[in-house]
Amino acid sequence: MLGRNIGFKLTFGVVLTVLVAITAFAWFNIQSQSRSLLSEVERHASQLSEAVKADTESDMLRNDRERIHESIRRIGQQESIDRIRVLNKSGAIIYSSEVADIGTMVDKRAEACYGCHSVGQPLEHLDSQERTRVFQPRADSPRLLGIINPIYNSPTCWSAACHAHPEEQTVLGVLDVTIPLTDVDRNIRRSQLGAVILAVMVIGVLSLVIGLMVRWWIGRPVQELVTATRNVAGGNLAYRLTVKRNDELGALAGSFNNMTDKLAEARLQLFQSDKLASLGRLAAGVAHEINNPLTAVLTYSSYLLKRSQGKPETQKDLQVIVNETIRCREIVKNLLDFARQTVPKKRKADVNEIIGRAAKVIENQLSLGRVKLVMELDPGLPNVTVDANQIQQVFINLMVNASDAIGEDEGTIKVTSKGISVSPTGVLQIKTAVCRKRHELVDRKFEIDGKPAVTMRFHSQEQTGLIHLDPIYGSREHQLNGMPPIEEGVELQCPECSTSLMAEGETCPKCGAPIYAFEVPLKGLVQGCLKPGCGWHRWEQVDSRWNDEFVEVRVEDDGCGIPKAQIPQLFEPFATTKGPKGTGLGLAVTWGIIDNHNGTITVESEVGIGTTFIVRIPVES
Amino acid sequence: MSNLRDILVVEDEPMVTQAVVLVCGAEGMTVTAVDSVAEALQRLQESRFRLVLCDIMMQELDGFQFLAELDRHGIQTPVIMMTGYSTVENAVKSLAAGAVDYIPKPFTADELLTVVRRSLRSSALLAASESAGLERKGSLSHVPCPDHYLRLGYVSWALMEDEGTARIGVSDLFLKAIDGISEFELAEPGEDLVQGIPCAVATSPDGSAHGIMCPMSGKVLEVNAEAQKNASLVEKDPYFEGWLYRILPADPESNLQWLSL
Repeated sequence: MLGRNIGFKLTFGVVLTVLVAITAFAWFNIQSQSRSLLSEVERHASQLSEAVKADTESDMLRNDRERIHESIRRIGQQESIDRIRVLNKSGAIIYSSEVADIGTMVDKRAEACYGCHSVGQPLEHLDSQERTRVFQPRADSPRLLGIINPIYNSPTCWSAACHAHPEEQTVLGVLDVTIPLTDVDRNIRRSQLGAVILAVMVIGVLSLVIGLMVRWWIGRPVQELVTATRNVAGGNLAYRLTVKRNDELGALAGSFNNMTDKLAEARLQLFQSDKLASLGRLAAGVAHEINNPLTAVLTYSSYLLKRSQGKPETQKDLQVIVNETIRCREIVKNLLDFARQTVPKKRKADVNEIIGRAAKVIENQLSLGRVKLVMELDPGLPNVTVDANQIQQVFINLMVNASDAIGEDEGTIKVTSKGISVSPTGVLQIKTAVCRKRHELVDRKFEIDGKPAVTMRFHSQEQTGLIHLDPIYGSREHQLNGMPPIEEGVELQCPECSTSLMAEGETCPKCGAPIYAFEVPLKGLVQGCLKPGCGWHRWEQVDSRWNDEFVEVRVEDDGCGIPKAQIPQLFEPFATTKGPKGTGLGLAVTWGIIDNHNGTITVESEVGIGTTFIVRIPVES
Repeated sequence: MSNLRDILVVEDEPMVTQAVVLVCGAEGMTVTAVDSVAEALQRLQESRFRLVLCDIMMQELDGFQFLAELDRHGIQTPVIMMTGYSTVENAVKSLAAGAVDYIPKPFTADELLTVVRRSLRSSALLAASESAGLERKGSLSHVPCPDHYLRLGYVSWALMEDEGTARIGVSDLFLKAIDGISEFELAEPGEDLVQGIPCAVATSPDGSAHGIMCPMSGKVLEVNAEAQKNASLVEKDPYFEGWLYRILPADPESNLQWLSL
C-alpha cells in the first residue's frame, strides 16, 4: 500500500538524499574534528615528553637513577598520562611509571618501536607526526596515543662523569609517553550521536513537511481525479471536478471536465442513434406481426360493413371498427416510416422556403386563428444541402409541438432563421502565443474573464504601455489600457524583446487599419484588427478546418413550457408529454433527421414562459 | 389439367387466408389457399389459376423467390404481391420482378377487390394481346409502351427528356384494366413524388379508387393541365398528349434499376 503511494515514494527519495548528505557531512565533520583533537593531544604529548626530558636531563647527566625513577613515577601518576617509559638502545625499559615494566625488553617490532625499526636499518630521526602513534592494546581498553622522543647523544653525555655512553652512539634511547584518548573518543562519540540525532530530526521534520505538502498539493487532487475517473468509468458522466487551483493538476481537472462533457455528449448521440436503430428494427418486426391480424380484422369488418346495408344500427357499429382499424393501420405505417429513416437524399435547398412550406401545411391546424405564427426569416440565408422533405418534417413537428404547448389559450409561435458561425469564434481559447523570437505572449498574470490574456506592449511617440487581448478567439473583451488609435502610428511589440507584432504590409480587409499578428505554435498565425468597432480577426489554419457556417432556426412559443426534469428525455422515443394525443415519436424522429444532417437540436424552456427549439444545420455537411 | 379456378392464395397466416377466401368467395370467385411456395408451385402445375395472391414474407421461400420460380417454370399466371412490411422498395421491387400489382396489408375488402379485379382484367387483356401475337397493333387489346419508354410494371411509365427532366404517365393497360376514369386526382406543382407511392388517384366508373404508382421520384415541375381538365385525353392517348407530370428526378440512378424498357 505504502509502496504505491506517491507521497511515500517522494518522501522516501528526499529522505534518502538528505540522509546521505547528512551522513557525508557528519563523517567529514567528525573526521576533521577528531584530527584536530588528536593533533591537540599530540601537541600536548609532545610538550609533555619534552618537559619530562628536560626535567630528567640533569638527573640523567648525573646518572641519578633514583631521582629519575621518582620523577617519572610522579609525572606518570597524573591522570591524563597512561605511562612514561624510557628505553635504551637495545630495547630494555630502564625507567617506567609502571614499576613492573622496568627491566623488561621491548620487541623492536612492537608498536612503540615500529616508527624507526620497520626499515631494516634503524632510523635516527623522525618527524613529530611519525613519532606519534595511536593504538589500542586490548579490545576493551581505551585508545592510547603514544609519542616517542629519541634521546640523542650529546657532548655532555659522553663527557659526563659516568661515561656511560660512547661518543659514536647517535641515539642513546627513547622516551616513550602514552596518553589515553578517552576524552577525544568521548568527544567524537558525542559528535557522532549529535549527527545521528540531527539526521533523525531532519528526517522526521522533512518527512512530515513533504508528506503534508504532497498530500495537500498532489495526494488530494489526485485522489479526487481518481474518484472522478472511477465515477466516469462507472458511467456517471455527470460527475464534475471542482477546479480551484491554477497549477498543472488544476489544468488537468479542467481538461478532465471538458473530456467528460465531450464524452457525455458523444455518448448521448451514440446512445440515441443506437436506440433509434434498434427501435427501427423492433418497429419493423412489430409492424409486420401486427399487420397480419389487422388484415383479418379490417377485411372481415369491411366485408361485414358492405353486407350490412339496410341495417343502419349494425352498419354504424361496424363503421367504428373499420375506422379504428384504419387508424391502427396509419399508426403502424407511421411507425414503419419512423423505422425507415434512411440516409437523407440531400440537395441544395433554401431553408426559408422549407419553413414556408411547413408553415403552409400546419396553418390550418393552428387552432382557428388563436395561435399567431410570426416569421422572421433572414433573406440572406445561405443554401444548405439537406433532404428538404425531412427538414420540412422537422419544422412541422416543431410547429405542431409549439401549437400544442399553447393549447387552448391564445399565443404566438415565432420562427426565426439566420446564418450563424458557431466556431471557432467565441469558442476556441488561445492558450499559447509567441512573438517572432518565440517569446511567450500569454501572460498568466493578466486574466480576462478568468483566462490568461495575450499581452503585448504598445509603443507610440508619446507613450508606451501594456495591452491585454481576449484569449477567446474572436471575442473582443480586450483591455487596451488607454492605447491611442492604432492607425496613429502605434506599434505593438513583444513585451520581452520589443520585436514588432504588427503584420508588415498587411491591413485589415474590413476597415484598412494596420493589423497585429502572432503565432500560435503548431497552429498557425492569428491576425486581428484592434480598431474599435471592427473586430476583424483571422486564424487561417483553424478557420479553414472548423465547420463554422450554420443555418440556425429557432421555433419559439409562449406556451406551457417543459419542466426541467423532462428535458433530458425529450428526444427519446415514446417520451410524450401530450398524453394520449402524441405518439412520442415526433421529437425522436426530429432528432434523428437533424442528426442525419450532422446538425444539432437543443431546447431552452421555462415552465409558464415558453419553449424554444434551436435547430442548427451545417451549410456544408 | 383440371378446371380453371380464379385465385390461388399463397399465405402462411391462416386468418389472412380466411379473410381473402371470404371476401373473394362472396364475389363468386373460386379461391384455393396454400401456405407455402412449394405447395403453390405444385398446385399451379396441377391446375390453372387466373390469378395468384402471394405474401412476400414467408418461411423458407419468400414472394420474390416465388416469382423467380414461376419464371423458371415458365408459368405465366399473373401475381399480386401483398405484404405486412409495406415499403416503397417492396412495392417497386414486386412490380420490377414481374408481379402485376401490389397491395399493402392491412387492406379493406374493397381495396382487395379493386386490386383483384384490376389485375384479372389487365392479365386478361395481356393474354389477349399475346394470343393476338404479331398481328397489327390496331387489333391489340391495349397499346403497349412505346420503345424507349421506361415502365414500372404495367402501371406507369417515365420518359427521360434531354433537359434532365422526365415526363411520367399511366399505361394504357392500367387504364383499360380499371375500365375508364370518371374522376382524376393529381398532385400539385412543387410536390415531391416518390417512386412506388401513388402519384395520382383515378376513380373508375364503378366508384373504386385506383392509386397509380409513381414510376420515378422527383419534384413536380408541371402538371398536364389538359389531362387534368379532360380525363378522356389520358384514356385516348396515354403515352403522348395524355402525360401526367413533368418532374425533376430526385434520384434517377437508383430509380432506373426498377424500371424496364
